[in-house]
Amino acid sequence: MADERKLHSPGVSSSLGIFPGQTPPLVVAAALADPPADDDILAKRPLGALFWFALVWVAVVASMAIIANWLPLPNPNHQNYTAINASPGIHHILGTDDLGRDLLSRIIFGARVSLVVGFASVAIGMLIGGTLGLISGFKGGRLDVALNAGSFVILAFPAIVAVIAIVAFWGQTLAKITIIIGVGTVPIMFRVVRASSLAFANRDFVIAARTLGATGTRIVFREILPNVMPAAVSFGLITVAGVIVLEGSLAFLGLSVALPTPSWGNLIAEGTANGNLSINPYILMWPALAMFLLLLSINLIGDRLRQRFDVREGLL
Amino acid sequence: MLSYVLKRLAQLVVVAFIISVLVFLLVHLLPGDPTSIILGGNDTAANRQILLHQLGLNTPIYHQYWIWLIHALHGNLGQSYLTRETVGHVIASGFPIDVELIIISQVVAFAVAIPVALITARRPNRPLDNIATTGTFGLLALPPFLIAPILVAIFAVGLHWFPATGYVPFSQNPATNLHDMILPGLALTAGSIAVYYRLLRSDLIMTLQEDFITMARSKGLSDRRIMMRQAFRPSTFSLLAVAGVNIGALLAGTFIVEYLFAMPGLGYSIVQAVQQRDYLIVQGIALVVAIAYVVLQFIIDFLFTVVDPRVTRE
Repeated sequence: MADERKLHSPGVSSSLGIFPGQTPPLVVAAALADPPADDDILAKRPLGALFWFALVWVAVVASMAIIANWLPLPNPNHQNYTAINASPGIHHILGTDDLGRDLLSRIIFGARVSLVVGFASVAIGMLIGGTLGLISGFKGGRLDVALNAGSFVILAFPAIVAVIAIVAFWGQTLAKITIIIGVGTVPIMFRVVRASSLAFANRDFVIAARTLGATGTRIVFREILPNVMPAAVSFGLITVAGVIVLEGSLAFLGLSVALPTPSWGNLIAEGTANGNLSINPYILMWPALAMFLLLLSINLIGDRLRQRFDVREGLL
Repeated sequence: MLSYVLKRLAQLVVVAFIISVLVFLLVHLLPGDPTSIILGGNDTAANRQILLHQLGLNTPIYHQYWIWLIHALHGNLGQSYLTRETVGHVIASGFPIDVELIIISQVVAFAVAIPVALITARRPNRPLDNIATTGTFGLLALPPFLIAPILVAIFAVGLHWFPATGYVPFSQNPATNLHDMILPGLALTAGSIAVYYRLLRSDLIMTLQEDFITMARSKGLSDRRIMMRQAFRPSTFSLLAVAGVNIGALLAGTFIVEYLFAMPGLGYSIVQAVQQRDYLIVQGIALVVAIAYVVLQFIIDFLFTVVDPRVTRE
């Protein structure tokens, strides 16, 4: 019993990866997993009202970010010196910052950075890491051993050093930061998809397909992929939340998208700078609230989907 | 036992070696070098060549690594190109700060997570359990860079209970030091509480379905006694494993908090050194973090054998 529950065998190095100082997604996913229990103890719950609130919030933030250019908002970088540190009101719904810039506008435009980096970089990780994981788990053999060992080495390396160095010298644009973080999530996605693919590789329906003469490619994409998808998607969402935190941390240090482009991380940093905490706490409060609700929503959606699809295998 | 320790030592050496090579390659292969920062206004091509020669940066990279390795094996990790401070000194003054921050955050995390899990796991899916379980999602949505400014706004700027920034070494004034460390320590704790609580809760729920618990119940032991004496210890496996990973992630990752609270810890030093191309500082800190990580795994493995004597050290 005890052995089944061990999440990692002693000595296996693990996931420092690109997520230092925050709880790594693999750990979060392991923690959120339900205990294998009798159904009467942990009955399958409906998606629930919280799930729908979360979904609506993410949808609202995403659509506002997409149509931001057409919304009746002041330019997020326009400095209005007649309205410095304005309180929330009719002209500025959420108020203005210490340079007279409209906070609502900055938050809506800033959402673009968090969402693009969060979803696009995980998509990159999923595409590369997921494909490798599918093939590696299905084929096994030397390829699997090599890729598996490689992913451990990369995960044991404090990759945040690499991320910071590369961002600082390659350039602080949205596309480059997305690519750098995306490459950083490849080994994590690889591990999750590989574990799942491995579990399905010897199931009856796969053997049946092979007996019927299906090619390897067909088995991987038609038989294994659909079964791996639920776990990959729900874990992917938890990683999106992790990546948004990572981007926020970098932005907080001024290492993400270059100023004055607003992002939630640099808005939060601005809220703590120049005595703004005592002069105008709104500068901190609004982006912090937006970030909190977005992370909460993404994690909730990921978790409810996982419950619904009954994803239970150990991830570490 | 002896062979186990030897095996672990060998692992430590291998990990330290691989990490040092990777970090060395990384910082040297990226464009740029520390000369422009050191030279400032005197940044001419001639001066640059002289400086590169003085710093030994004009030789092939494998040669540079070899020189570094020989010195490191003699306990000399070099010195900063910019401040001339020795790497050993940077580490000796910064490492205690990280360790203290991690200890505070983890003590708080366990002190909150364990009692709450022991209470709620007895009746899963009842209101109390649902509230706590939903609360974990809130905690997971409070990363350090988000919660730290909020804590400062409330407890330092608003209530004046704690200083907003500042650091006094423990050896100078233990009371002030601990007082200053509370906010930064708390800023790191939210995610750990959530993860530890969820893991312990789900392991407790599993353990409580086992025969020996039914046995204990039928003997008429009180619920409280069953939770504390029978169920808790066998339910701490995942908790320990994940605590190891989590503390490892914190080791190099306290930089946000150190930056915000102006504390000269290793996390922030390494971020700064990467940006300034202060190679030897980056190299030294990465090495210390990697070694600390392996030692941490060693401690966790040892704790496994304490929790469950059936796990033998092979």
